[in-house]
Amino acid sequence: MPDPVVTLRGAQLALDGNAGRVEILKSIDLDVAKGESLGLVGPSGSGKSSLLMLIGGLDRATGGSVRVLGHDLTAMDEDGLARLRRKHMGIVFQSFHLIPTMTALENVAIPLELAGRRDAFARAEAELEVMGLADRVRHYPAQLSGGEQQRVALARAIAPGPDILLADEPTGNLDLLTGEAIMDLLFDMVERHGSTLVLVTHDPDLAVRCDRAIRLVDGRLETEERLEAAE
Amino acid sequence: MSLPVAFRIALRELRGGVRGFRVFIACLALGVAAVAAVGLVRHSIEAGLKQEGATLLGGDAEIQLSYRFATDTERGWMEANAATVSEIVDFRSMVVVDRNGNTERGLTQVKGVDGAYPIFGTVRLQPELALGKALEGTGALPGSVMDPVLIQRLGLEVGESFRLGTQEFMLSAALLREPDGVGGGFGLGPRTIVRTDALAESGLLQPGTLFDISYRMDVPAEAELMELEASANEVFEGGLLWRDSRNAAPGVSEFINRLGAFLVLVGLAGLAVGGVGVAAAVRSYLDEKINVIATLKTVGAETRTIFMAYGLQTAALTLVGIAIGLGLGSVSAFTLLILAESLLPVPVVRSIHAAPLAEAALYGALTAALFTLWPLARTERIRAAALFRDRISPKTGFPRWQFLAALVLILAALVAAAAALSGIPLLALWSVAGLVVAFLALLLVAAGLRLAARRLARVRAVRQLSALRRALGSIGGAGSEADSVVLSLGLGLSVLAAIGQIDSNLRGAITQELPDVAPSYFVVDIQTDQLERFIGGLHQDADVRRVESAPMLRGVITEINGRPAAAAAGEHWVLQGDRGITYSAVPPSGTVVTAGSWWPEDYNGQPQISFAAEEAAELGLVIGDRLTVNVLGREIEAEITSFREVDFSTAGIGFILSMNPASLSGAPHSHIATIYAEESAEARLLREIGEVYPNITMIRVRDAISRVSEILQGVAAATACGALVSLLTGLVVLIGAAAAGERARRFEAAVLKTVGASRRAILLGFALRSALFGMTAGAVAVGAGGAAGWAVMTFVMESGFSFDSVSALAIVLGGTMTTLIAGLAFAWGPLSARPAHVLRTSE
Repeated sequence: MPDPVVTLRGAQLALDGNAGRVEILKSIDLDVAKGESLGLVGPSGSGKSSLLMLIGGLDRATGGSVRVLGHDLTAMDEDGLARLRRKHMGIVFQSFHLIPTMTALENVAIPLELAGRRDAFARAEAELEVMGLADRVRHYPAQLSGGEQQRVALARAIAPGPDILLADEPTGNLDLLTGEAIMDLLFDMVERHGSTLVLVTHDPDLAVRCDRAIRLVDGRLETEERLEAAE
Repeated sequence: MSLPVAFRIALRELRGGVRGFRVFIACLALGVAAVAAVGLVRHSIEAGLKQEGATLLGGDAEIQLSYRFATDTERGWMEANAATVSEIVDFRSMVVVDRNGNTERGLTQVKGVDGAYPIFGTVRLQPELALGKALEGTGALPGSVMDPVLIQRLGLEVGESFRLGTQEFMLSAALLREPDGVGGGFGLGPRTIVRTDALAESGLLQPGTLFDISYRMDVPAEAELMELEASANEVFEGGLLWRDSRNAAPGVSEFINRLGAFLVLVGLAGLAVGGVGVAAAVRSYLDEKINVIATLKTVGAETRTIFMAYGLQTAALTLVGIAIGLGLGSVSAFTLLILAESLLPVPVVRSIHAAPLAEAALYGALTAALFTLWPLARTERIRAAALFRDRISPKTGFPRWQFLAALVLILAALVAAAAALSGIPLLALWSVAGLVVAFLALLLVAAGLRLAARRLARVRAVRQLSALRRALGSIGGAGSEADSVVLSLGLGLSVLAAIGQIDSNLRGAITQELPDVAPSYFVVDIQTDQLERFIGGLHQDADVRRVESAPMLRGVITEINGRPAAAAAGEHWVLQGDRGITYSAVPPSGTVVTAGSWWPEDYNGQPQISFAAEEAAELGLVIGDRLTVNVLGREIEAEITSFREVDFSTAGIGFILSMNPASLSGAPHSHIATIYAEESAEARLLREIGEVYPNITMIRVRDAISRVSEILQGVAAATACGALVSLLTGLVVLIGAAAAGERARRFEAAVLKTVGASRRAILLGFALRSALFGMTAGAVAVGAGGAAGWAVMTFVMESGFSFDSVSALAIVLGGTMTTLIAGLAFAWGPLSARPAHVLRTSE
């Protein structure tokens, strides 16, 4: 594999809860190449989202190593991880996670503002236009439909031109047609920006649109071959 | 770079409105308003005292002498330096009214004036006439004017006559206002004004009688008061007390200052209570913002940017709260001053004074910083992972050491500001320390309550009591309001409980315990040739248990070991103004000499002093020190040869200074006596002694005690008003907590209704929870108030302490009722909501 941008070796994630320690991810080895799109599938509770969050630096591995774009995420502090995300990553969630007190335009502009970009608002407006939301820029999240909100979230993730785009079931809260439209936009954006995509999904049809798809079961990564055999 | 972005995020976040911050703003505004109002009233009175200084003093400058008139040289100096000089004689005496064979007597503070009085201002009389005309009298009798209180007490009418000593006067008018009435300070008797020359035949101004002479001067505008004071000190033969319009009424000014400073401290307690509400509001706001903060972190916001964004929001809201508080405080102070101006005995200058407003704003800002920093620091601990793992961010735990250091610094700044600005640093330090201890104790109690509730809810007997179990479960469970409610209400009630305990103990000691040990009468101005007969007569009286007497002179301690007294020993009360001095050949019975030895009975050598032991220790005096005492203008240098115990708590005879007889007995002086008699005989004694000795003044100790008690009552009422602001703030916090918990209760009620609970059963659970909160807060307050009361009575008042259970019960009941009412008011919405609607919207 040429120049992996994401490398996990023996990555583990365990959480302490009231019922004791729960092993969520168990010794994951994974490489994701630059420009590749990778689908992560598996049953609920298998650890797909947790793996995505480890790659995004939103969660910290309790064992093994996680390297992204040459950075060892396990050695970085919260602010270092925030800066890494700001410069190189975009994340899209199932529940959109837009900031309710900000307009669509401001929501898209915020990562650009945080990066100190002078063209933050122009860039955000252009991105919203691409998403077909030119007439919604002054609207607040509560005034937008679910599909529109996810398009704003996608614009926010894409606007800074990330090297890696992480998407956690981006169509999970949308109806079929809207979901399809969003995924078309997502793949289109990834292609346009040349970003690496890691996509968590329940939908096998979506997974096969990726260059590669892998399955997680009970916190362990199953091989690609087994995934293909299962499908 | 992060500040502009943080600023923009803060502005956008504030678009959501300040709804969640109403409690924050109200708490801060109330506390700031209380401190600002007290400060403004204090400054308005101080400004009035300053502006009207000359009128209050009765002249630009005043020289006061103790029971001696000025010599010709001294008078010459005054006339050379002033355009007008007015001589005032001030002393206590008895007004005697004979009517139809009955005799009425009343204690009065007599002011003898000359034609120049008053130099500034006017005397207001009823009926309206000039003072000069009123004092002229008609026919054979000189005229007089008298305080309406005394006129009414004696049943006098204008035109009727009365006696002062052996001189008859005619009452010309009632005295409604003396322009210089405030400057004189605390007087035991209502005022009577007569012409001094009319007192010549009264027998009241004999050598040795206790009277003060003051000379008021109208000084040319260009004269330097400080230089004049220095010159007077050189010319006068000592023992003078100088006052001028720069500080016309030092007693009143000091009292207003002290009371004001004390009330500001009470106001600070209110701000501390408000701080609890502020912290709770910020905490609950940030709880709602966990997703937003996590989202911001996801898109690359650093911790510092997020902290600044939310810090800026709380700073903006703090400014709003302070601004509202300053406005509210100004309006309250102005309203109070307008309403009370005619009742206040002091002049008032109503205007916006910057200093007290700045002081209130400073306290508000520091309090807000103190109480918001901790919750704000928690934004650091909110991780981006909170977005997909519910409430992963810890709500507890200590912030980084930098935040803890900042908190300590802010607290130190607050304490330093209170100590420096109040002018009573020690009390300020103790008050803040008390607040911090109470705060920590309440936090512990709240934690204990939660733990106990959790444990109790699992007890088998409680499990069967559904409403109680639910109440205990919600007190001990997640999202419990225990901390907010117990802290806010507990702190407010603690202040009120402490005031209640101190007030009842202090007044109990003065009005109930003191009369049992105190004499019935304090008798002054007994002439030496009257003493033997006076004491002998009382010994014959079956109703008189005990009589004590002592010679009395007055003098000023001017030097200690050759150095000016104030420079040598500081601003001690013993050194301020003149003190009573006595002499005795042998130690009076019951005297306990603690160090050194009393002079031999026939000692006739160099003057010696026996000094009160406690005051000597405070002044740093040791046996062998030399004091210079000015008595009647004569400087007497004497050596301290003994210390003795002097107990002022029984209101008996007690002198700081006692000297050997040879040093003083040659000076003109009178005697004082205390009479311990049956209460039923008091009126008869007053009548009989008054008839035989018209020059003697008898002060009924019970009357003096009730005067002191009245003043204490006033101070306690003012303090309780201040404490009510704390309680009101506590109530706002309580309502805020109840409102914040409404959503959770709405859900709880909906679920309970779904499983078949009746509204009555649900309401009972809510009511029990509220009552338990209130009862706990009340009980803690009673404990804290009792401890504070005990500490003040034991260490400050050096008196006994008895727990006032009535006030304590009122506090516990008040706390319980308050939380119950607030809780039930906010239970109505959850109870009436339809379960389907609640459960659907919460999905």
